[in-house]
Amino acid sequence: MIDPIKPPRRKNPLLRTRLPASPPRPRSRTSHGFTRAAAEGRFMLQRCEACGAFAYPAREACPSCLSADLAFADAPRRGVLLAETTARVPSDVYFRERAPWRIGLVKMDCGPTIVAHLHADCAEGAPVRMSFQLDKSGQAVAFARPEGETPNMADDRQWREMTADPKFRRVLVTNGRSVIGQEAVVALKAAGAKTVFVGVAEPWRPFAGEDLLRRQEGVEVVTLDAADEKSAADLAADIGGKVDILVNTTEYVRAGGLLDRKGTSIARDEIDQTYLGFINLAQAFGPAMRLRGADGVNNSVAWVNILSVYALANWPAFGAYSASQAACLSLSHCLRAELRPGGIKVMNLFTGPVDTEWFQTVAPPKVAPRAIAQAIESGLKNGLEEMYVGDVAEEVRQRLAANPKALERELDR
Amino acid sequence: MKKSQRTPYDGIVIAAPVTIPYVRYSIESAQWWIGRALGALVGEAGIKASDIDGLCVSSFTMGTDSGIGLTQHFGLCVRWLDTIPLGGASAIAGLRKAARAVQARDADIVACVAGDTNHVDSFRLTLENFSRFNQDAVYPYGTGGANASFALIARNYMRTFGVTREDVGRIAIAQRANALRNPHALMKAPLTLEQYLAGRPISDPIHLFDCVMPCAGAEAFLVMREETAASLNLRAARLLSTIERHNAFADDPMQVRGGWAMDVGELYAMAGVKPDDLDIVQTYDDYPVITMMQFEDLGFCKKGEGAEFVRAHDLTINGDFPHNTSGGQLSVGQAGAAGAYLGLVEGLRQVLGAAGPTQVSNARLGLASGFGMINYDRGLASGAAIFAGPSR
Repeated sequence: MIDPIKPPRRKNPLLRTRLPASPPRPRSRTSHGFTRAAAEGRFMLQRCEACGAFAYPAREACPSCLSADLAFADAPRRGVLLAETTARVPSDVYFRERAPWRIGLVKMDCGPTIVAHLHADCAEGAPVRMSFQLDKSGQAVAFARPEGETPNMADDRQWREMTADPKFRRVLVTNGRSVIGQEAVVALKAAGAKTVFVGVAEPWRPFAGEDLLRRQEGVEVVTLDAADEKSAADLAADIGGKVDILVNTTEYVRAGGLLDRKGTSIARDEIDQTYLGFINLAQAFGPAMRLRGADGVNNSVAWVNILSVYALANWPAFGAYSASQAACLSLSHCLRAELRPGGIKVMNLFTGPVDTEWFQTVAPPKVAPRAIAQAIESGLKNGLEEMYVGDVAEEVRQRLAANPKALERELDR
Repeated sequence: MKKSQRTPYDGIVIAAPVTIPYVRYSIESAQWWIGRALGALVGEAGIKASDIDGLCVSSFTMGTDSGIGLTQHFGLCVRWLDTIPLGGASAIAGLRKAARAVQARDADIVACVAGDTNHVDSFRLTLENFSRFNQDAVYPYGTGGANASFALIARNYMRTFGVTREDVGRIAIAQRANALRNPHALMKAPLTLEQYLAGRPISDPIHLFDCVMPCAGAEAFLVMREETAASLNLRAARLLSTIERHNAFADDPMQVRGGWAMDVGELYAMAGVKPDDLDIVQTYDDYPVITMMQFEDLGFCKKGEGAEFVRAHDLTINGDFPHNTSGGQLSVGQAGAAGAYLGLVEGLRQVLGAAGPTQVSNARLGLASGFGMINYDRGLASGAAIFAGPSR
């Protein structure tokens, strides 16, 4: 049983700040099948299409029948912990700082045995539930948790290394004027965030939901216009050292593509707000977050982007907007690489049209802002990297995987 | 498919066992250590380097070199060459291949050599680059090498068969007693059961004195036909039998036995001896619990009786079951792939009566075993050889 983690005390500036370190990173190319699974919170193993046997670690041929037809497939998560050990003096720098560290060997019900990090409540001989998680190197590792819920389960020291749980952490939600931003504040507070800073541009201008925002305990409205380099830098100078999670809710949605617009002024606004806004936020907050990636219980852990699923495939009705989102998606991969030395996760949430005023002409189904906020919370708690929120986003993902040309043609209507 | 009868090793002998004394750290290269071992072989056997027409090499730290690079490096012109990357099973595997090469007259004198250096970062680099499964599915878990993997095996084995740390410790303690007679052993202080039990935990249940110390060193021997040895006036041990097995018992969820258990009948049948006949036994002791497993799998007792066997026998040089007489890797040190050779080379010295301070009186019949390559969750390679001195 796990003791709940305690609220971190005010940081003593005289003590050494623990600097980020990375667990071992090299993997075979095939092994990145687990990276994909971990990014989406799925549990996948290679399964032989010829004989049906599951295999682990990643292989190039089936050890049961030598078929090369090994595909990553969702697999049953249940297994039994055969044996455990506690590494007391690991030679790896990351683990040495975090020792003692517990690992074990799990026999999966579906066949393979897997070396896994262990939740403290896992016991030898007892069933476990396996997942792949992204560790601080950004690579997938197997993680075994007890089969059922246990008290304070998410407070497990090793589990918390794999996740970005908001509990006791300080969050910056970059745009409090948007409904998504306001819902995110509520969800993150409910998840135990210590403080949620909410950016509002031109705060003297009133906005819907403002009262509710200002009334919440542990919520601080701060001045932030992401499109303004100085505004982002000024805020970072003030609170940059205590942003553990950044939720980029900056949005700028306008209908239209190329030929029905005249000139570039709207496109310029789209780029200013979202793409350049992203750059301003990254340059202002990224370096301190990367440095604070191992800084105690409330270390810096995650950067969240909310992107249109049309970043993946252009929707001509909102064609220029789609392009601005594609630019942000590309930038998020760059940010992920640059934050990686700090062990900071970059989580992208892909959504279809949201049930807000800027999508008023779009027919349902649309995504409720609250659903996005809940996805942020659950993605952080589970340490995910990619989430598809709502039916439209999920459908676009599947159609893109099935036939990108069909999707392109069908989005044009 | 019917299993065919193996050809006996009639007339195959092993000579000139040499050890280049180990050091904890060396600024020299693996090639330097291997070169010294080859030099010692030539000196010990009284031959010229040009008489060596077969070469078998094992090393973890040769960098980009393999056996072929070494031929030019050391001025050898051979007609048979092998590089064996089997870790702790390299000596037995090398011996087997060399024996068949000289038996078939593909070569007349094969030098089998293993050597590794140990720079301050060698061990870490070896671990990082050990195998693909290790890279993908073990190394990321922070255990940094074999300790945690063997800890899992040891924990399961000890729990399954009711083995205590005291039982396992007896093996390490007896080997330390042996090592105190070996001037080249890196461990020079006596070890009591109390000290063993008080060793700091490394990865439960593995504690400090269950672990070998990585070091630099080299070991070698020559394999040839009896008539070649006679013409050179060399004392040599006869090879009676060998076994080798990889990835045995893959369906065992955890390793409680090695490949020896699959082939042990053949090992003794081919040699025409029984376990009781052996005068000295040299097991592969990367961890004492693995040695206990070998006592069972090599037929000295039944599975699950290893602890009782250890309690019932004195494993020291003067004891009733002289075992790892040089002190083994646990007390001499583990010089990379040379660790595979350590037991075999010491065993050869024993049956040749050339073991000096660690000599067991009247040692004539010996067994050496190897175990290696913890590729993922278990040691994959196992092997053993039985050999006899000239007086038997």
